[in-house]
Amino acid sequence: MKLPDAEELCEKLAAELKPRIGPKSAMVGLYTGGAWLAERLHALLGMKTPLGLMDIAFYRDDYAARGLKHDPKRTKIPFDVSGCELFLVDDVLYSGRTVRAAMNEIFDYGRPASIALAVLVDRGGRQLPICAQHVGARVDVPAGMRLTLKRDERGKLALALEAERAA
Amino acid sequence: MQRNPQLNEKGELQHLLSIEGLPRAIVLQILDTAESFVGVTEREVKKVPILRGKSVFNLFFEPSTRTRTTFEIAAKRLSADVINLNINASSQTKGESLLDTVANLSAMQADIFVVRHESSGAPFLIARHVKPHEHVINAGDGRHAHPTQGLLDLYTIRHYKKDFAALTVAIVGDILHSRVARSLIHGLTTLGVPEVRVIGPQTLLPTGVEALGVRVFHDMREGLKDCDVVVMLRLQNERMRGALLPSAQEYFKHYGLNADKLGLARRDAIVMHPGPMNRGVEIDSTVADGPHSVILPQVTFGIAVRMAVMSIVAGN
Repeated sequence: MKLPDAEELCEKLAAELKPRIGPKSAMVGLYTGGAWLAERLHALLGMKTPLGLMDIAFYRDDYAARGLKHDPKRTKIPFDVSGCELFLVDDVLYSGRTVRAAMNEIFDYGRPASIALAVLVDRGGRQLPICAQHVGARVDVPAGMRLTLKRDERGKLALALEAERAA
Repeated sequence: MQRNPQLNEKGELQHLLSIEGLPRAIVLQILDTAESFVGVTEREVKKVPILRGKSVFNLFFEPSTRTRTTFEIAAKRLSADVINLNINASSQTKGESLLDTVANLSAMQADIFVVRHESSGAPFLIARHVKPHEHVINAGDGRHAHPTQGLLDLYTIRHYKKDFAALTVAIVGDILHSRVARSLIHGLTTLGVPEVRVIGPQTLLPTGVEALGVRVFHDMREGLKDCDVVVMLRLQNERMRGALLPSAQEYFKHYGLNADKLGLARRDAIVMHPGPMNRGVEIDSTVADGPHSVILPQVTFGIAVRMAVMSIVAGN
């Protein structure tokens, strides 16, 4: 199947977000793909607040079944979360479980005025009542396949489809 | 071949009993995970939900305040329930065996046992008898091992020196009775530190210590030359009573770290100590409180390292 161009989607998302960025706006990207995307959006939007990066490893709901993943990245939120209008950025929205975990982690840093979710791709298949406010594209992905964002050595973003790893 | 008692059938960390025999990849996994937990300990809410509903039993058959407290804080920051048991004062004096004690606690739905025991090997014995979902962490057994202390020392060294590949590390003092020294030596060699030195009087060095891959020095000035890291060990006062040492003053003169001797190490050398310190016996206050000292950061990192160990074993 043909996947949309990640670079074009990124530009489109930036254009959509542009009018919504204000003095209280801040952005958090979720490792790994969401962090790459957030780095790009943050620069394209010229946001003043430094970018936050988050690894939700310690908040996952499948720890009991899968254990701790091997190299959790260090979450860095270099701004005061309380009162900010937060844009949470991830590459692919699927079950909604990652977003649930991310929101729990954000609230351990403070109480934001609002959280909006921006994703490059929404592939459907939600298992939780979560939806994104800003979506680059909606893509139907066959079950058993993983849709991920890749970044090459020159920093170019691209979507890729691969077989799901066994749990 | 007998399986490594610390690893499960998938080669993942099931119990942490000693650094000796741990694959390098697992040592690095623990240090990397600890780094993420340092971030957690610096924020407003110093707690993550990962071990919610799990029970951590601190089984201390030997007194310890610092280690027990840091394990307790670590477990609480992971949202686990912590139960502290001072066994000296409890069933052991009534004659209950070690394994009976553990079996009873297991019946109370334990998930992690943190064990300190005066007998070397006690945590290994417990690990052999616990249920598959239960995990054992060695918090110091006899003269054998104190792996979380060794790991937090490794974490501290990496934090300040970034890389292990070109380091000279000196461990000074009572190596003979020190489980901390043994764990650290294994960790340093596992991570490829090219030169590990031990410095101390003949009576406080185990015979054949060279077999661990270290260089032995009896002259502290010679041994400290160009070191990047100096690890001072606590001189246990009870050793003084035997024939091993003449007096505390005499010991300080030869093996105590003061500013003058530290001047022989590299200018950017760090000074570590597992605590509790005997000021004026193995370390001078000007050094302990001086710019090279990273003794208090060690304590802070120790919490993150113990959070990492508990969250890794409990998930495997």
